[in-house]
Amino acid sequence: MAYTENTRGMYSEILTGLQDAGLFKQERYIHSSQAADIEVEFPAGAPLKKVINICANNYLGMSSHPEVVKAAHEGLDSHGYGMSSVRFICGTQDIHRTLEQMVTQFLGTEDTILFPSCMDANAGVFEAVLTKDDVMISDRLVHASIIDGIRLCSAMHDTFKHSDMEHLEEKLQLHNDKRLKCVITDGVFSMDGDTAKLDKMVELCEKYDALLFVDDSHSSGFIGKTGRGTHEQYGVMGKIDIITTTFGKGLGGASGGCVSGRRELVEMCRQKARPYLFSNTIAPPVVAGVIKVLEILSASTDRRDKLEKNTEFWRKGLTEAGLIIKAGDTPIVPVMLFNAKLAQDVSRDLYDQGIYAIGFFFPVVPQGQARIRTQISAGHEIHHLEKALEAFRKVGKKYDILGKSKQEIIERYGM
Amino acid sequence: MDEMQEIIKNYVIKEYVEDDTELTYDSPLISGGIVDSFSMVSLKRFLENKYNIAIPDDKATPEAFDSVNKICALVREYVK
Ligand SMILES: Cc1ncc(COP(=O)(O)O)c(C=O)c1O
Repeated sequence: MAYTENTRGMYSEILTGLQDAGLFKQERYIHSSQAADIEVEFPAGAPLKKVINICANNYLGMSSHPEVVKAAHEGLDSHGYGMSSVRFICGTQDIHRTLEQMVTQFLGTEDTILFPSCMDANAGVFEAVLTKDDVMISDRLVHASIIDGIRLCSAMHDTFKHSDMEHLEEKLQLHNDKRLKCVITDGVFSMDGDTAKLDKMVELCEKYDALLFVDDSHSSGFIGKTGRGTHEQYGVMGKIDIITTTFGKGLGGASGGCVSGRRELVEMCRQKARPYLFSNTIAPPVVAGVIKVLEILSASTDRRDKLEKNTEFWRKGLTEAGLIIKAGDTPIVPVMLFNAKLAQDVSRDLYDQGIYAIGFFFPVVPQGQARIRTQISAGHEIHHLEKALEAFRKVGKKYDILGKSKQEIIERYGM
Repeated sequence: MDEMQEIIKNYVIKEYVEDDTELTYDSPLISGGIVDSFSMVSLKRFLENKYNIAIPDDKATPEAFDSVNKICALVREYVK
């Protein structure tokens, strides 16, 4: 047996180390479908508890939308369960191409290619379109999946300070001798809920002749007047060369992702992107579900409008309660607690009050910036949010952080 | 050569330090988490432009870039 006791001991030690450092991740089992009201078993074996979920990426409340569920059922009946093949062998159905065309239309791009996930889209796209003669210039806070994609690509890589446009311009100048320059950013940053300055970035990319890449996973379906994404909000639709996004958040919440943008770049992905070439694409019932999501969102902006109202209500409520939140207007609303243990304690106490929200701390966010990340949904009703605010007030009072400044919280609890 | 230390140190501070971390000529830059290995490339390009040299990729290792003094030593190997 090659898995010796020594080897087992080595891994056990690493895992124990994670536990001791408070970095051990534990799953909570949800027994209901994903929604504002869920039933959770936590810790494992505990009786089910009804809680309000305020930490899902279910921004538009589509995860269990009856019309989407019905469409998925119908897709299952008409197109089967799976394809047993990658796309280019015998794994492409008419509905895959239909979905690609619908996404193209929805995002206002030239063409789209589906990937098993947005993680895969980000992992595959750079290597498919760039070479060692090029440079990738990324915001320092881009998502982990983009970092992995960058690592897999032979192009030179450099970074600019988060959302710092002067620094970006310096980098564009520094690398002006490269064949291609590709500027890389998230549309909405998932930890802080702030948006990239896409108007300014488009301007810089035009000035220095650079490609612009945006991951709009936390925007597609609800940011911008008709929910097309950050490029709509900043008035630069048609000017983003590569958009990646997921169907695992606002756009249904099941799974799948895509690269959407310039026709030739999308075609390069179809010819060369490894997660597209070597992994099955999105399963037929999920494709049918996403098609329905896009139909619903294209027909009416009701859901994103409701999300906007809920978000305003929530941001105002937390601020009035005296909590410190990150400024912005997206449904990602981090409640800042700065200290990692405090974030975990507050999360646990909120759970006791029937509110499911998770604490984030180093290394997921920088040291001393621990927080509870709350995420609002069109699936929330005002009564959900009122109950959650009540819980935040109660727990905030217990820890005496209401109306306190960052300085005061840090003095009391440490960084 | 003191001037070179100061120029490189100032560049590192401007480019990578976002709080008031103190930096000495021997502070570990990459192993100390101040410069992520991704961002080394701009440091390398800065040195090449500034001193009109070409540092081969296989010499531009995280170890060779791990402090201002080590970087100075590396640069001096290539300055004519
Ligand atoms: C910005 C960003 N990009 C990509 C992904 C990955 O999406 P998927 O679940 O489709 O792989 C995520 C999800 O965490 C994300 O937040």
